[in-house]
Amino acid sequence: MNRPGRLAYNAAVVVAAAAAAMGIGAIVLAAVGADIMKAYAVILTEPLKDLIGVTEIVVRAIPLSLIALGIAVAFRSGILNIGAEGQMMMGILASSATAIALGSLPKPVLVPLAILAGAAGGAAWGGLAGLLKARLEVNEILSTVMLNYIAAQFYTFLLRGPMMDPEELVMGSGTPQTLRMPRSAWLDRLIPGTRLHTGVFIVLALAVVVFVLLWRTPVGFRMRAAGAEAKAARYAGIKVQRYLVVAMLLSGAFAGTAGAVEILGVHRRAIEGVSGGYGFTGIVVALFGGLHPAGIIPASLFFGLLLLGADMTQRLADVPANMVLVLQGAIILAIVSARQFMNNPYAQDRLARRLAKLFGRPERYRAGPDCPDPSDSPDPCLADERPDDGASGEASR
Amino acid sequence: MGHEPIRSLELRGITKRFPGILACDRIDLSVGEHSVRALVGENGAGKTTLMNILMGLYQPDEGRILINGSEVRFRSPNDAFDHGIGMVHQHFMLVQNLTVAENVALGMKSAHRPLWLDLKSVRSRIIEVSERHELPVNPDALVWQLSVGEQQRVELVKTLCLGARFLILDEPTSALTPQETDELIALLQKMSRELSIVFISHKLHEVKALSDTVSILRRGRIVFEGRTEDHSPADLAALMTGHEVELPRVESGGSAPAADGRGLLSIRELRVSGDLGNLALDGVSLDVAPGEIVGLAGVSGNGQRELAEALNGLRPVVSGSIALNGAELAGRSASAAIGQGMGYIPEDRNTEGIVPSFSVRENLVLKDVGGGAWSRGGFLRLGRIAANAAELRDRFDIRCPSTDTAAGSLSGGNIQKVILARELARGPKALVAVYPTRGLDMGAEEFIHKQLLARRSEGVAILLISEELEEIMNLSDRIAVIYKGRILRIVPGRDATKRSLGLLMAGVVDE
Repeated sequence: MNRPGRLAYNAAVVVAAAAAAMGIGAIVLAAVGADIMKAYAVILTEPLKDLIGVTEIVVRAIPLSLIALGIAVAFRSGILNIGAEGQMMMGILASSATAIALGSLPKPVLVPLAILAGAAGGAAWGGLAGLLKARLEVNEILSTVMLNYIAAQFYTFLLRGPMMDPEELVMGSGTPQTLRMPRSAWLDRLIPGTRLHTGVFIVLALAVVVFVLLWRTPVGFRMRAAGAEAKAARYAGIKVQRYLVVAMLLSGAFAGTAGAVEILGVHRRAIEGVSGGYGFTGIVVALFGGLHPAGIIPASLFFGLLLLGADMTQRLADVPANMVLVLQGAIILAIVSARQFMNNPYAQDRLARRLAKLFGRPERYRAGPDCPDPSDSPDPCLADERPDDGASGEASR
Repeated sequence: MGHEPIRSLELRGITKRFPGILACDRIDLSVGEHSVRALVGENGAGKTTLMNILMGLYQPDEGRILINGSEVRFRSPNDAFDHGIGMVHQHFMLVQNLTVAENVALGMKSAHRPLWLDLKSVRSRIIEVSERHELPVNPDALVWQLSVGEQQRVELVKTLCLGARFLILDEPTSALTPQETDELIALLQKMSRELSIVFISHKLHEVKALSDTVSILRRGRIVFEGRTEDHSPADLAALMTGHEVELPRVESGGSAPAADGRGLLSIRELRVSGDLGNLALDGVSLDVAPGEIVGLAGVSGNGQRELAEALNGLRPVVSGSIALNGAELAGRSASAAIGQGMGYIPEDRNTEGIVPSFSVRENLVLKDVGGGAWSRGGFLRLGRIAANAAELRDRFDIRCPSTDTAAGSLSGGNIQKVILARELARGPKALVAVYPTRGLDMGAEEFIHKQLLARRSEGVAILLISEELEEIMNLSDRIAVIYKGRILRIVPGRDATKRSLGLLMAGVVDE
C-alpha cells in the first residue's frame, strides 16, 4: 500500500478497535442492567456540551499526554515502562518540596525549577529501573511495577508525616496533604472560571521535542535501533545498555513532569490520589496513539473525554464510573489484537484486494515500476515461520 | 494412513498470491511412483510455497491436487500425512531437549494412548524403519547431542515413521558437510527405489546426482521441465536465473602475506570463551594481508561465530591479540573495531546485519549515524541520508520499491546487498564476511562474489568464513581450516581440493 493508503488503513483499524472496545463495554453495561445507549451518549457527548466540560477534558489530557510521551520514548527504545504511576508520584514529591522550600523565589525562576525538580524525581525513579535492567538484567516490567508500590507507600508516608501540612496537625483533621504551594509556583489559568492551565503549552512543546528527538537526532535514531532490534544495534556499535538507561531516564522524567504540572496547575498542593491512575491510563494512551506524538495528543483528548464522561455517567445514567476501567481494558485488548492485524502484511493484502474488488479498481499485486522483479519482494516462504500466520498454527500442532 | 499408495501425484494450475507478488502462477507438476523430481529455482521463485500448498500449510487460491487421478483437499498437514505425504523442512522441526523417540512420538497419533504415551512401540517402529532404510539412529539420544547430519537422519526417520511414502525434501543439504551431503545423496538414491521424492535445491550438482527429472521455477512459473541427464549444470543454472551464470574466481591463488609475516589483520594466539563457558577458540593465529582473501573453512560450530564476534569487539577475549593495521582490538568495544575500519557481514542477516523495521536508508547509515556525514549539530541530515541511499541502491543493485521501505521486508539477497553496501561504502581496511551467500540464489551469489573480489583488488584484507567449499575455493588466496577452535592447517587456495578440505573439516589430519 502507498503511504496515505497505509495511514488511512491504520486509522481505520484504530477506529475499529475503539468500536470493538465499545462493543465489549456494551455487554458489560447490559450485564449491570444499565441503559447502554444512554450511558454511551453521556460518556461521549455530555462533557462536550459546555466550556467547563471541554476545558476539563484538556485538563485531564495534559498529564495523560505527558506520561504517554514518556511511555512512547521507552517503548520505542525497547523497554516496557509500567512504572509511570510511581515515577509521577516521585515527581510530585520532588516538585512540591522544591516549590515549598524555595517559595520566596520569583515566579519566572520558581516555576521552571519546580517542574525540572519534578522531572528529576521521575527520572531518578525511572532510571533506577533502567540501571537494574542494563546492569543486572532485571526485567523492567517487574522492577517498574514493584517500584510503583514503593513510590506509593513513600508518597503516603511523606504526606502523612514529614511533608504534612502543619495546619492539619493544629486543626486535628489530619488530611494527608502538603502545604499549599506559594503563588509564585502556580501555573496560570488560561480561561477564568475554568481549570485550564498553561501546562497545555508544555505538552505541545514536549510533543515536538519527542518527535524531533526520536526521528531527527542521532541519539533518537540509536534509541529506536536499540529498541527495534537490540542485536543488530549492538553489532552496529551502538551501546545498547547505555541507551536503555537514557530511555528510562527520559521516560521517568516525562512522568515526573506530568506530576509536577498537575500539582502546579490544578491542585496547588500534593494530595493523595492525585495520580488517579494516570500512570496506567497513559500506557493505553501511548498505545492508542501509535507511540507517536501526533497520535498521542488526540488519543489523550479522547481518554480525557472518557474519564470525564465516566464521572458524569455516575450522576446522569446511574452507571458506576469504574465502567471506564472496563472500557480501558477492552481498548487495550482491542488495540493489541488490532496491532497484530496491522503488522500482518497478509491480512493487509487480503483486505486491500477485497476492497479493490469491491470498488472495481485493478488488483495491485503486480509489482510497481520500481520493483521489476516480483521475486525480490518479501519471500513468502519465510512467512511460514511467523507465529501470527494462521497456517503455521496448523503446522505446530 | 489407510489410503492406497500414491502411484501418481499431480498439481494442476496451482496459483497462490501473496502481498505484492504472485508466488505460484498456474503451476502444473506431476510426480510418478519411485521417481525423484528435483524442483529448482532461485530464492522466492515459489518452490517452498508450492510444497507448503502440497503439505496443506497453505490453501491455493486456484488449482487442484490429484492423487492417483482423484482430487484431494488438504486443509492441514495432518491431511497430507494421512495420504502418505511427508516433508523434511529446511530448518529442522525437532525439539532439542527431547529424545529421538519422543520427537517421533509427537506426531505419531497411534502411540498416543488415552493416559500415557506408548514410547515402546515408537522405539520399535524407529528401529524397524532405520534398519529397513539403513538410517542408523539411536532412539534414546537427546536431539541436542546429535550432529547436524544425524539430526537430518532423525528428520527422515520421523517422516518415514509417520507413514510417508512420498517425501518432500526442502534443501536437505544446506547445513551438511560435504561428506554428509554425499552420504545423504547415496541414501536418498537407495530410498527412491521404494518411495517418491521431491527434492528442492539450488545446488545443481546435487540435482544432477540424485534426480530423474527436473522442474525449474522462475518467478512463480515452471519455465522448464525435462530429464536431468540431458542437461548440464550450466544449462540448468542459465534456465534458473534467466541468464548465463559464471561464478567469478580469484586469479592469483597464493599471494604471499606481507614481508614481515604479519598481515593487515593479524590474529595471535587468540583464546575466546563460547556461550557455554567452554573455550571456543583455543589459540588461533591467522594473518590476512591487504588485498588477500583468506577463506576459513570448517563445519559450523567449530569456533567461527566466536572468532567473527571477537574480531568485531562483540565478544570478550580471554587472551591473545587482534591487530588491525597495527591497532590492538582485543578486548575493545564494537564501536572501537568499527572505528578502526573493520567491516563485518554477520552470520544472521535478519537480526545482526539490519534492523528489520528500519528503512533501507536508515540501515545504510546504521554504523555512522553520529558522524559528521549524517548529522550536524545534533540533528540528522535527512537529505544526505536519502541521497546516500539512492546512490548505494544503484551501485549495489538493491531492489526495493523505495529506500523508505522497511529493510526486513526485502528478500534475503537484497538484505545482504544492503549490508554489503553499508559495509563497503564505509571503506573498510579489513572485512569479515560470515556465510555471506548462505541461502542466496546464484544471481545474488555471483554479485556478492564479484564485490568481494573487487574489494580484494582494492587492497582490503578479507576473512571469508564459509561452509561452502566451492565458495571458499573460488575466492580464497589461502584457505585455513578450523576444527574445534584451532586452525588445523593453512593451504594455498590453488592447492586445495574438496576432498582434502573435507577431511580436514572433519578433523582428519593426514600426514
